[in-house]
Amino acid sequence: MLLDYKLDFNPDTPLEERDDIIVCKGVNKWYGNHHVLKDVNVSVKQGEVVVILGPSGSGKSTFIRTINGLEEYQKGEIVVDGHRVANDVAEIEAIRKETGMVFQSFNLFPHMTILNNITLAPIWVRKWPKAKAEEIALKLLERVGIPEQAHKYPGQLSGGQQQRVAIARALAMQPKIMLFDEPTSALDPEMIKEVLDVMKELARSGMTMLVVTHEMGFAREVADRIILFDQGVIIEEGTPAELFDNPKHERTKLFLSQIL
Amino acid sequence: MNMQSNPNIDTALETSTSELPPKNTIGVWGWLRKNLFSSWLNTLLTIVTVWFVYAVLNKSLSWILGAAEWQVIAANFRLIFVGQYPVEELWRIWLSLSIVSALMGLSWGLWRGTMANLSVSLSFIYFIVAVMPFIQSGTRVWLFMNIALVLSGYFIGKKLTGKWVKRAIIAAWLLSFPVTIVLIKGFGVLPDVATNVWGGFLLTILITIVGIIFSFPLGILLALGRTSKLPVVRWFCITYIEVIRGVPLITVFFTAQIMIPLFIQGFEINNIVRVMIGVSLFTAAYAAENVRGGLQSIPRGQYEAAQALGLSTPRMMFFVILPQALRAVIPAMVGQYISMFKDTSLVAIVGLFDLLGIGKTIVSNPDFLGKHMEVYLFIALIYWVVAFSMSYASRRMEKSLGVGER
Repeated sequence: MLLDYKLDFNPDTPLEERDDIIVCKGVNKWYGNHHVLKDVNVSVKQGEVVVILGPSGSGKSTFIRTINGLEEYQKGEIVVDGHRVANDVAEIEAIRKETGMVFQSFNLFPHMTILNNITLAPIWVRKWPKAKAEEIALKLLERVGIPEQAHKYPGQLSGGQQQRVAIARALAMQPKIMLFDEPTSALDPEMIKEVLDVMKELARSGMTMLVVTHEMGFAREVADRIILFDQGVIIEEGTPAELFDNPKHERTKLFLSQIL
Repeated sequence: MNMQSNPNIDTALETSTSELPPKNTIGVWGWLRKNLFSSWLNTLLTIVTVWFVYAVLNKSLSWILGAAEWQVIAANFRLIFVGQYPVEELWRIWLSLSIVSALMGLSWGLWRGTMANLSVSLSFIYFIVAVMPFIQSGTRVWLFMNIALVLSGYFIGKKLTGKWVKRAIIAAWLLSFPVTIVLIKGFGVLPDVATNVWGGFLLTILITIVGIIFSFPLGILLALGRTSKLPVVRWFCITYIEVIRGVPLITVFFTAQIMIPLFIQGFEINNIVRVMIGVSLFTAAYAAENVRGGLQSIPRGQYEAAQALGLSTPRMMFFVILPQALRAVIPAMVGQYISMFKDTSLVAIVGLFDLLGIGKTIVSNPDFLGKHMEVYLFIALIYWVVAFSMSYASRRMEKSLGVGER
C-alpha cells in the first residue's frame, strides 16, 4: 500500500454517495484580455480519479493550478475541503496543506538531499518532529521503489526517479487530494511507465486525484471520469467508456482521432 | 522485418569499459610547436610576449632586489600594520590573531579543502614575516606561536568528531569577531584604547570585516524588499538602492562625517564607527542588486513547488529560494567585497590612517624622503595578498558548493 494514513471517508461507499471535496462554480480567468477559463463548473467526489484531457493551450493546466491557488481567478468560486480559494492567505495555506501537487518539470529542490526534499514541509508546515518526518519519508521512498537514493541530490537521479521523489514529497504531507500537472510529459519514454505505475497504485488506494495528462492508456484504465477541455471550456465529460467509445461532441471526436 | 544482428556488438560492449583513450604522445617539443609556434602570427606573438615579460621583469626585479632601500619598511613595520596602537597593549592584537589562527587550524582539521589551503598560506605568511631580519624577537615569538597554533589546531581538529563540533567551531568563528573588537577597544574590560590611534592594516581589515558582516544581511533584506508585493516597502528599497548607487563612496563618507552628527545630537558617534556605517550602507546597495540577480535566476517552478507544499513565504525564501540564489551570486558578491576592501583606502580622505593613509604619512616624513616607491609597493603587496586570498577562497567555495554544475 502506498498510503499508510486513513483517508476520511469510507472507501466502500459507492462513488455517487460520497461527499464533494472540490467544488468549482462558474470559474473564469483572464490573462490580460485573453479569456483562458470560461464558466468552468467541476465537482470532484472524495476518492474520485478525474483525468483532464485537451489540446495544449486549452486551459487544463491553468485550471488545475487554480485549485491550490497557484493561479488566481477573477470570477466564480472554488471550494476545496471546506476552504474557499480566494485572497485569504490563511485559507490558501490550509488548502495547500491538504493538497499535494506534482509538476511536469519535477521541481525538486536541487540544493537539498532527496530526504530533505521530502521532510522539509512535514517538519515546517505539519510541525512533525524530525525523526517522525524522516521515518515517513523513508517508508515512502521504499514504496515508490527508490529507498537507496535517500541521501543523494536530485541532480544525481534519472527523470523517472525524480518524479517519483516528487510524488513521495507530496504524499509525505499526507494530503487528501493530489494534483498532477502533466507528470510524464518531460520524461523519456522508458521512464513513463515507472511513474504511471506509482500513480495507478495511488489511485487504487483511494486518493482523490486530478490528473492533467496525455497518457490515454492511463486515462482509460484508471479514471473514474474524464473531462475534455478546449479553449477554456469543458467540451464533454463522462466515464472513459462513454468518452472514448461513444463521444457525443464533434470536437471530442476530432481530438480523439488526432491523439489515438 | 529482417533483423541482422551485428556480430561485433557483443565484443564492443564487453571491451568498451576497459578501453582507454589513446595516450597523448606529442612531448615537450610537440606541445611547444602546437601551442606557441603553430603559425607565423602565433610565433610573432610568442616572441613579442617573451620580450615584453623579460623587459618588465628585468627592470623591476633589479630595482626591487638592488636599488630599493627596504629599511623604510623595516623602520615603519609596526606603523604599517597597527598604526599608533600603544606598544604595551599590542598583546591584545596578538591575542586576537591567535584566536583566528587557532580557529583556522581547527577548521583545517575538520573541513580540509579550502581551509587547508588558507591555513597553509596564513602560516606561510607568518613564517616569511618571522624570518625577516629586522623583526624584533618578541614579535618573532608571537609569530612562531601562531604557526604552532595553526598546526596544533589542525591535529586537534582532525581528531574531533561528532555533529556538535562543527557547529561549535562555526559559533566560535561568529563569536571571535565581537571578542576581537572588545579586545582591541577595551570597553572597560581592558584599558580603553582610543580609536583615533587605530590605524594601518588593522584599521583597513576591521572596516572591511564590519562592512561585510553588516552589508550582507542588509543587502539580502533590501533585495527581498525590492521584490516585495508591498508597494511602500518596494519603493523604499528601490529609492535607497538607486540613490546609494548613484553617488560615489567618498560622498557617503563626507555625508557620514557631517550629517550624522547633525541628525543625532546628544552623544558623539566616533569617527571610525561613522566610516563603518558608511561603508556598510554603501556596500549593502550593491549587495542587494547582486542578490536580486540571484533571485531572478531561480526558476518559477521552485517557488511554485514550495508554495504547493504549504510553506509560508518567509520559509520558502529561507529554505528554498535564498540558499540557491546566494550560491549563484558568490562570485559577484566576493567581487563586490574585494572592491570594498580596496575602496576602504578612501577613508584616508576623511582623516583616518588606514593602510594607505599610514603610507602617506610615512612618505611625508623627512626621514624617509624619496622612499615612496618602496612604501607604496609594499602596501600594494599587502592589498594584493588579501584580495587574492578572498578571490581564491571564493573560487574554492564555488567549487565545493557546486555552482554551475546544475
